[in-house]
Amino acid sequence: MASETQAHAHQESLALREQFDTAAQQKDASTLGMWIFLITEIMFFGGMFLAYTVYRHLYSHVFAVASSSLNVYIGAANTVVLLCSSLTMVLAVRAAQLSQKKAIVLFLVLTLLLGGVFLGVKAYEWNEKFVEHHVPGASFHFEDLPASDQGHAQLFFSLYFAMTGLHALHMVIGAGLLCYLVFEARKGRYSAEYNTPVDLIGLYWHFVDIIWIFLFPLLYLIDRHLGR
Amino acid sequence: MSNDVHQHIDSAMTYVLVFVVLICLTIATTAVAFVDLGPFSVVAALVIACCKMLLVALFFMHVRHSTRLTRLVVLGGLLWLGILLLLTLGDVMSRGWVGVPGR
Repeated sequence: MASETQAHAHQESLALREQFDTAAQQKDASTLGMWIFLITEIMFFGGMFLAYTVYRHLYSHVFAVASSSLNVYIGAANTVVLLCSSLTMVLAVRAAQLSQKKAIVLFLVLTLLLGGVFLGVKAYEWNEKFVEHHVPGASFHFEDLPASDQGHAQLFFSLYFAMTGLHALHMVIGAGLLCYLVFEARKGRYSAEYNTPVDLIGLYWHFVDIIWIFLFPLLYLIDRHLGR
Repeated sequence: MSNDVHQHIDSAMTYVLVFVVLICLTIATTAVAFVDLGPFSVVAALVIACCKMLLVALFFMHVRHSTRLTRLVVLGGLLWLGILLLLTLGDVMSRGWVGVPGR
């Protein structure tokens, strides 16, 4: 009887819902749910990648020239920043698994900072586009292309802004989630017994990283040798 | 003990190694972009991107240690993405192949 109440108390501390038998089962269910959400996100971004691929196929020359106007070194540096943030995120998850409560906060804050650096660099790049009149709209003008190709160049930059913008929106949401994690982790909520939120938001953060892993070569790199 | 949450905890060294490989691949894909490989520059860029995706998914997202159900769901998701891409591109890219009578 005594051990039963003890077990009950233990389960309460893990916030075990009544529909689950064990904490492990509950964690597996949460992970599965997160992956299903991520798959809806894959399909969401997949549509954009598809649109980009189709138009790149149709107007390959214009897309090559327009793509080559992006600064590849800034793009590569930003990729490195995002990969660093993925490393710190996974180390935060590891710290949670090991109940290293101070390390969780440290790595989460580092992840947040690196995410902020990425967004800052992205804002700088977007600003450059405004200065160069490479933003689709009335004032759009791309110097290296004849008037007949301006529309297709606008198409490239529309897709560029839609895809990087959507990615940046996901980063902003991720940063909000990280703030929540830092807030909770400072109260010592996450430990080896309970770290599901850290784990799941980690999955989200790595997913956003994977999207950028594909955006970077597709937008900045392919046809770089043609555009020069 | 309900603390038998059978989680495998990778060493920090594993993560750092994966990270170093990811950085090397980023440098490689950037360098390769400046070499004229013809149609293969797309292939090279996408192969490197897929390698990076696999590393992030398997190690950072713990797919390596996931349950079979989770892995199946992940594969299923990629399968749907494959259907979306392959069928649409198959249509768009083959449109000019056969002439339309009367046009």
